[in-house]
Amino acid sequence: MDIAKYVLPFEVCDRNMVNRVGGKCASLGELLKAQIPVPPGFAITTGAYADFLRENNLTEKVLERLTSIEPGNTEHVETASAHIREWIEAGKMSEFMEDIIAEQYRILARRCRMPAVPVAVRSSATAEDLPGASFAGQQDTYLWIRGVDDLLDRVKKCWASLFTPRAIAYRIGMGFDHRVVQISVAVQKMVRSFTAGVMFTLNPSTGDRSTIVINANWGYGESVVSGEVTPDEFHVNKITMEMTKKTISDKHIRYTTDPDTDMVVKIETEPERRTAQSLLDKEAIELAELGKRIELHYGRPMDIEWAVEKGLPTKGSVFIVQSRPETVWSQREVKPVIEPKASAIEHIIAGLIKGRKIT
Amino acid sequence: MADLKFPNPHEAERLPGTEGWERMYPYHYLYTTEDPERKAYEENMFWFYDGLHYPEPMYPFDIIWDEAWFLALSQFNTRIFIVPPAMGIDHRIHNGYLYITPLPVADPAEIPKRAELFMKRAGYYYQNWDRLHENWEGKMRDIIKQLADLKIPTLPEIEDESVVFEGLGVSTGYRLLHAYDKLIDLGILAWQYHFEFLNLGYAAYVVFVDFCQKAFPDIPLQKITQMVGGIDVIIYRPDEELKKLAKLSIELGVDDIAMKGKAETVLNEMAASEKGKKWLEAFQAAREPWFYISTGTGWYHHDKSWNDDLDVPLSSMTIYIEKIRKGENIDRPTEAIRRERERLASEYRALLTTDEDRQTFDQMLGTARTVFPYVENHLFYVEHWFHSLFWNKMREVAKILVDYKFINEVEDVWYLKRAEIKDALWDVVTSWATGSKPRGPLVWPKEIAWRKDVMGKFRKWVPPDAMGTVPQTITEPFTIVLWGITSESMSAWARLKAIADGDLTKIMGFPGSPGVVEGVVRVCRTVKEIGELKEGDILVAPTTSPSWAPAFQKIKAAVTDVGGVMCHAAIVCREYGLPAVVGTGSATSRLKTGQRIRLDGSKGEIDIIS
Repeated sequence: MDIAKYVLPFEVCDRNMVNRVGGKCASLGELLKAQIPVPPGFAITTGAYADFLRENNLTEKVLERLTSIEPGNTEHVETASAHIREWIEAGKMSEFMEDIIAEQYRILARRCRMPAVPVAVRSSATAEDLPGASFAGQQDTYLWIRGVDDLLDRVKKCWASLFTPRAIAYRIGMGFDHRVVQISVAVQKMVRSFTAGVMFTLNPSTGDRSTIVINANWGYGESVVSGEVTPDEFHVNKITMEMTKKTISDKHIRYTTDPDTDMVVKIETEPERRTAQSLLDKEAIELAELGKRIELHYGRPMDIEWAVEKGLPTKGSVFIVQSRPETVWSQREVKPVIEPKASAIEHIIAGLIKGRKIT
Repeated sequence: MADLKFPNPHEAERLPGTEGWERMYPYHYLYTTEDPERKAYEENMFWFYDGLHYPEPMYPFDIIWDEAWFLALSQFNTRIFIVPPAMGIDHRIHNGYLYITPLPVADPAEIPKRAELFMKRAGYYYQNWDRLHENWEGKMRDIIKQLADLKIPTLPEIEDESVVFEGLGVSTGYRLLHAYDKLIDLGILAWQYHFEFLNLGYAAYVVFVDFCQKAFPDIPLQKITQMVGGIDVIIYRPDEELKKLAKLSIELGVDDIAMKGKAETVLNEMAASEKGKKWLEAFQAAREPWFYISTGTGWYHHDKSWNDDLDVPLSSMTIYIEKIRKGENIDRPTEAIRRERERLASEYRALLTTDEDRQTFDQMLGTARTVFPYVENHLFYVEHWFHSLFWNKMREVAKILVDYKFINEVEDVWYLKRAEIKDALWDVVTSWATGSKPRGPLVWPKEIAWRKDVMGKFRKWVPPDAMGTVPQTITEPFTIVLWGITSESMSAWARLKAIADGDLTKIMGFPGSPGVVEGVVRVCRTVKEIGELKEGDILVAPTTSPSWAPAFQKIKAAVTDVGGVMCHAAIVCREYGLPAVVGTGSATSRLKTGQRIRLDGSKGEIDIIS
């Protein structure tokens, strides 16, 4: 049997495969095609999810449970969610499926030259499901997962996350058919990030497409994504790649891996690092260059998560861990900045008459 | 801007010991409370200090250029091109410092009517820009020639007999008065031409700036000027000539002589050999007209040109010779500049989201690029070439007044108003004609001594940034482009005021060229001091002009007292990628050589570190 039914390395994913690998994996594949440094990994396909449901006799059972929900009744939604997630997490993968995923994981570990390579396990939703709803992607991220057993466990948790109360309510609200809802899982080598965060290829506060805005904190990017810290902020001119603004904030916490427990933990940041610049200027510029290339590849403003791995304080490697289209400004009505006119002189007259307001 | 308060012009500070200063300036430049209507007008207008052009108090003679542009700028706005919402710019003087205010069109119903006229008239200029501009150059060259040819005659004991035999019928006394009138008239005329294109140039530029800032709220102003900036503009020409002469000296093997850097030595020693003579030929050719470049802005009589002091270009040239000897390339990277300009424009354009905006961008950029060479080039013709010749002709007039003991030395003449000089010349020629004694020696030396003292007191006074009432809108293109009067700049003034009252470690100016650097200050009050610059210094100068160009090869940033985003230092720094803060008003007096500063060219701020 073709293992591609269940797993696909990011290298072979692309934007036409959203149905099979979800938006996140498709986009990681696209980034690799654009020669963007992305940590290696693979997608567990929607086919694996569908077979898993079938093999555990859950396909119809889940649908029936969902159709029994009274629309608008939050209690109903919550109990249904709890039941379905319990069924999925308690389900059993076929040995065949387990072997395929385990083998793909071992290939990744060999490639990274690291036994039991730590990975991040994230759900990768299909486009029909949650367009522009980034919340789904944030709830079910499992960091620093090592070994096959833990990986398989988190894969099921990701599948189950398709049925959080919020996700169920959202689909009911939007009128999506539960039957077509599919989910893929991204398994990606974990970047031991020294600094990480997000990057927008436009200025989120003004919509200015000539500015790239980077938010950064020490450790894993989760502290920035979740909004738990005020990150350092860097503005880079997309055209000239000059840094135009830099704001260093007091960053009281960060996520890191606890060396004793080998778990990701949130810790207080040491006083001397709290107000220190968490990303070097040159790294910010390097990131911005990547952001510009990613935007060019997609032809639209992007929202990007990134990480910097470091051996030495002054020498690091920059990685892009995920990217998706920017949604806030891109969904606004597209209209001309100023009213078009037949000639430059008409613009000049209009401009002169308007003058400059002194407010 | 309700929170921004500026002093009432009628309550502005009066300096003890300067009583009577008003007679040094034209009477209509004075604030007055005599007439209730004029008083109310003055109180309701927003008068800001034109520190951009006048970092020092006005000399009674030098105010000629102010009167010239008072008329010229305003007439083109109001009476010639009919700028729809803007009338002219009114002028006042207080304690020797110049204040100006833009007048809006009072009746909004007039604006559409004016727009129709503007469309027709300005439209004609925009459409025929290149032809009219060529014509302009011809007119300027013609009046410059007239000026150069103008003879200031000295009065003979008896007239030459040709006056009789050729039946001329006029005396040298008459010709002297006439020459003076012509000199002044040419000056006023040069400034008429100065503004023939400038309002339209700025208008086209300012709408493009507005569009870019609306489409890209974060776009630095410098990037906009870079997109429209010319490549082959003549303000670079004097410096290019200097580079050519440096190369030629090496080619001819006379660079050791050239390295002596002093005009007297270099010119004498060059004349002693064949190869040296060849170099001298090229040198003399370059002088006309390129060495009329002023070492200052050209606005003040003390702004000397290279031709006035050949030590300046010759010592600068040694910097280039040294660089060439080290194997460095001193050529302006014009191709790279051109490519960068095109890249900026095409990348910003590509970020626009609608076809309509891309059309608007193309229309505006096209027009801005058509007009911009004028905006950059006119300075050389008027402020540099014409003014440099003009000041020296005036010195010839002054020499006559010295001869008749009206003034003690040539440089005293600037303490007289041009009408007073005319009066004095009448005194000279009538006493010469009659054989009597003129009254001038009894009057002027005493008056000039008093005026020098008054100006000394003016110099110690710090003029407020503005007086009167802040308006809600500014529509006058110059006010926006040149002085950058915006909400932000006025807030900066308010901050500046707070700083002047307390924090002495901060200096504010205009953002001239982006970037942040830290470094050691070297204050150069005149271009002669640029030889002292060390690699990596931050140049702090009253202003710079193309004659300062060699300095930019060594420095890592520049600060000026005078200038806006279009000033020489800002343009050159943008080209070389050096940060610059311009128009600080006082950096040369507040900063000392050797101090460390941090300079932010994007914000226009300087922090004194030590």
